[in-house]
Amino acid sequence: MQLDWPILSVLVWLPIAAGVLLLLVGNRGLAVGRWLALAASLATFAISLLLWREFDPSTASMQFFEQQPWIGAFNAWYTLGVDGISMPLIVLTTFITPLVVIAGWTVIEKRPTQYFAAFLILEGLMIGVFAALDAMLFYVFWEAMLIPMFVIIGVWGGQRRVYATVKFFLYTFLGSVLMLVALIYMYLQGGSYSIADLQALPLSMREQVLIFSAFLIAFAVKVPMWPVHTWLPDAHVEAPTGGSVILAAIMLKMGGYGFLRFSLPMTPDASRELDWLIIALSLTAVVYIGFVALVQQDMKKLIAYSSIAHMGFVTLGAFIAFEIVRATGQVQGAAMGLDGAMVQMISHGLVSGALFLCIGVLYDRMHSRQIADYGGVINTMPVFGAFMVLFALANAGLPGTSGFVGEFLVILAAFKANFWYAFLAAITLILGAAYTLWLVKRVVFGPVGNDHVAQLQDLNGREFFVLGVLAIAVLALGLWPAPLLDVMRPTLGQLVQQMMMTKL
Amino acid sequence: MEQTLLIIVGAPLVASIIAGLLGKQIGRAVTHSLTTASIAVACALSVQVLLGLLDGAPVFDGPVYTWLVSDGIRMEVGFLVDRLSALMMVVVTFISLMVHIYTIGYMRDDPGYTRFFSYISLFTFAMLMLVMSNNLMQLFFGWEAVGVVSYLLIGFWYTKPTAIFANMKAFLVNRVGDFGFLLGIAGLVHLTGSLHYSEIFAQAGTIAGSTFELIPGHAWQAATVICIALFIGAMGKSAQMPLHVWLPDSMEGPTPISALIHAATMVTAGIFMVARMSPLFELSETALSFVLVIGATTALFMGFLGIVNNDIKRVVAYSTLSQLGYMTADLGVSAYAGSIFHLMTHAFFKALLFLAAGSVIIAMHHEQDMRKMGGLRKYMPITYATALIGSLALIGFPGFAGFFSKDAVIEAVHASHLPGATYAYWCLLIGVFVTAFYSFRLVFMTFHGEERMDHHTREHLHESPWVVTLPLILLAIPSVVIGWPGIGPLLFGDYFQGAIVVAPAHDVLGHLGREYHGPAAFVLHGFTGPAVWLAAAGVLAAWFLYLKRPALAAVLRERAGGLYTLLENKYYFDWFNEKVIAAGSRKLGMALWKGGDVAVIDGVAVNGSARLVAWVAQTARGLQSGYLYHYAFATIIGLSVLLAWLLWRS
Repeated sequence: MQLDWPILSVLVWLPIAAGVLLLLVGNRGLAVGRWLALAASLATFAISLLLWREFDPSTASMQFFEQQPWIGAFNAWYTLGVDGISMPLIVLTTFITPLVVIAGWTVIEKRPTQYFAAFLILEGLMIGVFAALDAMLFYVFWEAMLIPMFVIIGVWGGQRRVYATVKFFLYTFLGSVLMLVALIYMYLQGGSYSIADLQALPLSMREQVLIFSAFLIAFAVKVPMWPVHTWLPDAHVEAPTGGSVILAAIMLKMGGYGFLRFSLPMTPDASRELDWLIIALSLTAVVYIGFVALVQQDMKKLIAYSSIAHMGFVTLGAFIAFEIVRATGQVQGAAMGLDGAMVQMISHGLVSGALFLCIGVLYDRMHSRQIADYGGVINTMPVFGAFMVLFALANAGLPGTSGFVGEFLVILAAFKANFWYAFLAAITLILGAAYTLWLVKRVVFGPVGNDHVAQLQDLNGREFFVLGVLAIAVLALGLWPAPLLDVMRPTLGQLVQQMMMTKL
Repeated sequence: MEQTLLIIVGAPLVASIIAGLLGKQIGRAVTHSLTTASIAVACALSVQVLLGLLDGAPVFDGPVYTWLVSDGIRMEVGFLVDRLSALMMVVVTFISLMVHIYTIGYMRDDPGYTRFFSYISLFTFAMLMLVMSNNLMQLFFGWEAVGVVSYLLIGFWYTKPTAIFANMKAFLVNRVGDFGFLLGIAGLVHLTGSLHYSEIFAQAGTIAGSTFELIPGHAWQAATVICIALFIGAMGKSAQMPLHVWLPDSMEGPTPISALIHAATMVTAGIFMVARMSPLFELSETALSFVLVIGATTALFMGFLGIVNNDIKRVVAYSTLSQLGYMTADLGVSAYAGSIFHLMTHAFFKALLFLAAGSVIIAMHHEQDMRKMGGLRKYMPITYATALIGSLALIGFPGFAGFFSKDAVIEAVHASHLPGATYAYWCLLIGVFVTAFYSFRLVFMTFHGEERMDHHTREHLHESPWVVTLPLILLAIPSVVIGWPGIGPLLFGDYFQGAIVVAPAHDVLGHLGREYHGPAAFVLHGFTGPAVWLAAAGVLAAWFLYLKRPALAAVLRERAGGLYTLLENKYYFDWFNEKVIAAGSRKLGMALWKGGDVAVIDGVAVNGSARLVAWVAQTARGLQSGYLYHYAFATIIGLSVLLAWLLWRS
């Protein structure tokens, strides 16, 4: 909007172009390849910072708008733009990707150039998902994004990668197909794929319920919500470290983003009628999954389950607004849950990403994810231990870290709706601390567990840098979340209005 | 003013960060000088702030920065410095300073020397943020931050399995309290739309008139629900039954932090918080009664446990639990000022007792079992003298600090008419005997009587270095004298001004104040009540059982049988928590995982539908191609059918 060049297109296509270039280079030029990957991802990050700087936080309307004809026959356009919901998620994406590239610098032995290429292409597609303002374009990015992730798990994954990949595919593809059906139906009704048009499209209650259900399945799988979550622990366990980081930090956010961009504004009446379902599933995620996380013996599975529980706060915060209005009779006060949901998404991106990187650091040295194989890591890796404890505490929602902000806002909002919602959500204070600190106790603290632990080397400079940058981000967002909230405020305010407006 | 306050919290923080990140580089001497100096600065400035307030300076209540704004609610980091917080600031920084100096001697041989200083300075920062906050968000930040530092310090010796179990236990039990605390905060935000104390208190009327329908058809007083929820937080932090279980185990940490965190400052955060929230607690007699009964029960029953323990630090820890119970009971009868007064005197004499115990422990080469001590007074005269002073203050020897504050607590509870006050009065009164008994049991077993240590230890016994004894002496002074100048203004004067609010109907201290004629008269009056004589009886009993007839104690233990077993097992709280709650949670988690996720969702739904799809595809087409292909194919078919149906309908 404020720039005379298409910044969003650059953000989408620069990493993709770099990825394709890398594929062409192949494994002959590993040294060049990874520097190219780093340069491309850093350039993308720098451009996204410019996006943030130029972003006008005083308006809810779409900014940096771009539009080109695309598929005339279907009236599908190549339309890009960002608002206060998508801009922070794009910056999160561009922030995490270079860290993944750096983290994979020397540890990937099989086809390293292709590995970096996959992540760059994935980055561009993910930015495309957040920036697309045309539902068909969104859908294309949404589906295309699965391919590199599929390849990442399938090629660089662990032993049961085929099972994990199939499960991942089965779940997400089934969900997305239903979303496509819903989008086509709305296109047939309104003649447009523009998200803004779809948000304005009048729909009967029956139509809304069907569309809402289709969206729900698509987005619930991505979040993932209980009970369609079982693909996530398997996918995480089998994915390489970088894949887990991207999956947890960004791809899960697609589901939350979908609820905010599609479900709530397009089917507000169905959302209002069926909000109890989402709230029930979210609270189940927080409590049920919290208990399940407690007994995991595989570190990655534990963090994967913890992700599901934390994402429960996102969906709870997104849908609690209806209940607040119902309970208090005023719209004032309804936006806090949405604020919390957004902050929780960004924070979870940082914290879960960091924890998966921590596990990756251990895995690279010991080739085991089993908690029982560790013990007393801090004796040989004190610096690593300090980082791990910090991120664990952030995961347990310690005030002063980013993990606290979203949970705090969502719990405050939940209390406005119903004491018992807040009661159940607040159980995460106990369960979250229990599974995270028990993990820390068994892995980090204690006497040296075995000879392998005694041989461990502490972080190298590269690992220190990656975890250090994430630690700073986690603390910064925890100590001063105001800038993030300020950027989102007008957009979320408008969203609340859309939610409260009936389409009937 | 704001600048001064920023230095008070900032100096320990900066020192802690430098010590933590660069401790290895700058060395031990620089580290301890830097952190100790930062605390000294904070302490001096805190004293200056307190004197300024006493001189009539206005209360400071202002923001430092806006943390976030959500939905019109501004959440800020900011300070409220009135006479309540200023008193806490002085107590916290003074004890912290003593502990910093003491640590130079106590941790001399520890490889984690610089890390330890970093932690205790960080703790001081967090505790100051807690007491200086002007809003609930920052209070909660400080509350959790002191909890984390406590977690790190209990587990300071991280290779010790008992230590890393104790620190996790401490954090989790505290989290149970925080669960209630956070709900209480959420309730206040819901009713008042603010996190700021002043704005919340201004709407006390609204809160008083509100109800929550927690169970459909049953309206509960909002104030009762909120205050009990907040108090559950205090029960965690201030270790009230049944959330007390973490405190005895926290003794796994080095002794200086037992003095600083688990006796003088952090554990009193709950007491402080309730006093700070006095305008709300005054709205609900139900909540006050709840506080009273919990406090009195803790005061008596935790005291009993001090009698049967032989670990010198754990005896002091149970004594701390019991004294926290006294403070809590006093909160319950709306004698908030009395609680804070006892909090202050207790901070001095209990820090003193812990540090004295630490001095004994170093002399004994880290032996903590009192059965292997005895007769130490001639080897460690300063430690002995100061420990004796601390014990006399604790049992309420007339004229010593604890006498004034504890007697005031008991009298206040006696004067109250709340439900549960009679029960509480008797608990506290019997508690006086118990306190005296276990305190002097400790003194006699450690410093008097037969020397039971082995020959090697006895040869090396000597008084601790000056960095250890100096804090003992500096803490012994207020333990003796602080009651004299303190009691008049704090309890019966207008020291707290608006910081503490008491409803006229609950004003037991005002009632007592009518009969108050100066500290000397208060001491004399003490002899007419039962407490002094009960304390004397307790000391005598301890003398008789542990010095005069040492064999008798064993006989009594035999006779007591079941009662002794009950005490020895600490009323089976730990057993219940570990065998029922912790094991039950793990069983539930296992059942949900194996039963829910693996068997039902994956086994039946996911793999079942996968099999179904595969079966359908196979039967329909007889195709034997790739696994993945089946699903893709079936999905596309399904999609086409759906699309066809939609097109046909439109």
